[in-house]
Amino acid sequence: MVQAVAVKKFFIVFRETLRGSNKYYAWLAFLSFLILLGLSAYIDQLNRGLISTAMRDQVSWGMYISNFTFLVGVAAAAVYLIIPAYVYKFKPIKEVALFGELLAITAITMCILFIMVDMGQPFRVWHILPVMGAMNFPSSLLAWDVLVLNGYLTLNIIIVFYVLYRISHGKDYLPSIWPLIILSIPMAVSIHTVTAFLYNGLPARPFWNASIVAPRFIASAFCSGPALMLIIFQIIRKIWKLDIENRAIFKIAELVAYAMAINLFLLGAEVFKEFYSGTIHVYPIKYLYFGLHGHANLVPWIWAATVLNIIAFILLLLPKTRENFLTLNMGCAFLIIGVYIEKGMGLVIPGFVPDTLGEIYEYIPTMQEMVVTVGIWAAGALMYTLLLKATIPIYTGKVKF
Amino acid sequence: MSKIRSNPSGVKLDRRTFLKGAALGLAGTALPLDKTDASFWEAFFQKHFREMNDDEKKKVIQRLEKEYEQKYKKAIHIGSEKPMPGVLFGYGLDLSRCIGCRRCVYACVKENNQSIDPQVHWITVLRFKKGEKWIDLEESEKYYNPQNVPEPGYFYMPVQCQQCENPPCVRACPTQATWKEPDGIIVIDYNWCIGCRYCMAACPYGARRFNWGEPKRPAEEINPNTHYLGNRPRYKGVVEKCTFCVQRTRNGRYPACVEICPVGARKFGNLLDPQSEIRYAIEHKRVFRLKEDLNTNPKFYYFFAYGR
Repeated sequence: MVQAVAVKKFFIVFRETLRGSNKYYAWLAFLSFLILLGLSAYIDQLNRGLISTAMRDQVSWGMYISNFTFLVGVAAAAVYLIIPAYVYKFKPIKEVALFGELLAITAITMCILFIMVDMGQPFRVWHILPVMGAMNFPSSLLAWDVLVLNGYLTLNIIIVFYVLYRISHGKDYLPSIWPLIILSIPMAVSIHTVTAFLYNGLPARPFWNASIVAPRFIASAFCSGPALMLIIFQIIRKIWKLDIENRAIFKIAELVAYAMAINLFLLGAEVFKEFYSGTIHVYPIKYLYFGLHGHANLVPWIWAATVLNIIAFILLLLPKTRENFLTLNMGCAFLIIGVYIEKGMGLVIPGFVPDTLGEIYEYIPTMQEMVVTVGIWAAGALMYTLLLKATIPIYTGKVKF
Repeated sequence: MSKIRSNPSGVKLDRRTFLKGAALGLAGTALPLDKTDASFWEAFFQKHFREMNDDEKKKVIQRLEKEYEQKYKKAIHIGSEKPMPGVLFGYGLDLSRCIGCRRCVYACVKENNQSIDPQVHWITVLRFKKGEKWIDLEESEKYYNPQNVPEPGYFYMPVQCQQCENPPCVRACPTQATWKEPDGIIVIDYNWCIGCRYCMAACPYGARRFNWGEPKRPAEEINPNTHYLGNRPRYKGVVEKCTFCVQRTRNGRYPACVEICPVGARKFGNLLDPQSEIRYAIEHKRVFRLKEDLNTNPKFYYFFAYGR
């Protein structure tokens, strides 16, 4: 009987994702098309092997791992909303922290997909599990990453489900879920720290083997994730006519500006150390910013990222531009692009160039890699859309039990 | 030394076997079994090499031999010789003798069944200009291609897996698919590797190779004398590297690269045997190891001024 009621409730919520305007169906169709395209490119990759990508022994990670790294940052950002919302009881943000947690769930799912498509033997993925497989814990940072990412995913799913359940039954949710919400703060920091340590812990790659990597990861994550949230809030507000206060949006934008200030400072510290010392370990960062022996593929990208980050910082810092939606959104968009380059390919590729024996192999992703990447982003967008569709009626009180 | 979970000696139905059985049962009901061939599932659920007892190893090897025979239409022997007690293999390379002919590279390919297309080499020979910066590998040339070697004004340095005593790759591997054997050789279970390539990011010597495509090698060029952890044919999507020719050296032979070297630049032997040639060279010559600052403690020694 209890199960029957639960199933019925699930279908009531599920039905909400099927209802919508023609625009909504067109959006779903568009995303499904991109997903199918990505899937077909991935099946081709499965058949031919990763030779269909531009990765080679010299540059053995590329676009997939770059996207993974960026998205771990996005996932960690939910916490940036949680701290003011629950800890400091800043009410305007508290209302919307739920959407940040949904984004975290989506971003982690996308991370897992990016790891899966990067694997040479995806069907052996169970080898990494504890008990069933032979997880190399605690030695391998990748094993740590599997644990913290899945832990953070589970935690967010539990929190979101519980909160929605309580709201839908018209009950207060905070008292009993409070400890888990507090736990999610160090968990969010840990997923990004462990992902940074994944790179940081490799003395073979001087570009990554700098202790500033983890702080830079955290700082840039606290930029890109909330910036993405700000844009999403405005879309939600427009489509669902939700009452999201401007105060919440401006407050988050202000926090993003501070995070970006720290990010730029840490970058400066890194640049000073490498170029002023001028050891042979300067080659990767030289390749990144100025090119090496005429190889300069990443140079325009990283300078674009640097300029975009600085402009975004100014736009979000000054109250006048921060509280104007045109300049605010420009700032957010610049920042997302800037961090996507800096914490994506701008971080992963120079780790491999020059390679450990001094060879320079210039990596440019193949069309196949890009299509798979677009497919995963579309899958993420679809997932987030459906999650919003299902949860917003509960959040607004339209669906009640 | 190794930290893998201890294997219960008997063949009991432990939790893992049970879980696998349960998973297999579930999968069997859920999936259309067009691959009716039971070996598909046997391959899928094959255990980690170090967790198999001798009986299980024998069964797996029989299955793999059958698979290889079907694929290459010739009998391929897969050995599983264990490390010899009291042996720690070490390698020496005399830079003043090496002429950069790359015969070692091709002897290695022939012995170890590397893919011809895409081309996989386990040994990289680097060319340096004499009298210039040397420790800076960025100044080296890997694709040199002269009419004759040695070229005046240059010297050569072959690099392959350095079989570190403190291997960063083993630490990195999330599935324990690569490990250090008691005789010091770092090996890979090609049926356990998931192809994440974290070991390649971790290796400071560029020694690891990934099978980006299906490894292709004409059947008549397959060396049928193989070892499970060594030169048996590999798969698409797994990592491979030099194993000091484990299939030869555990049977008292020299690695193929040592045998082929026309100038005797390559030395090999047991580091624990005070009478061995490798020990003599290490104790009497000017010796260095690559990237000592990383503390990987390689068992691959470079000499110069050896014997002359």
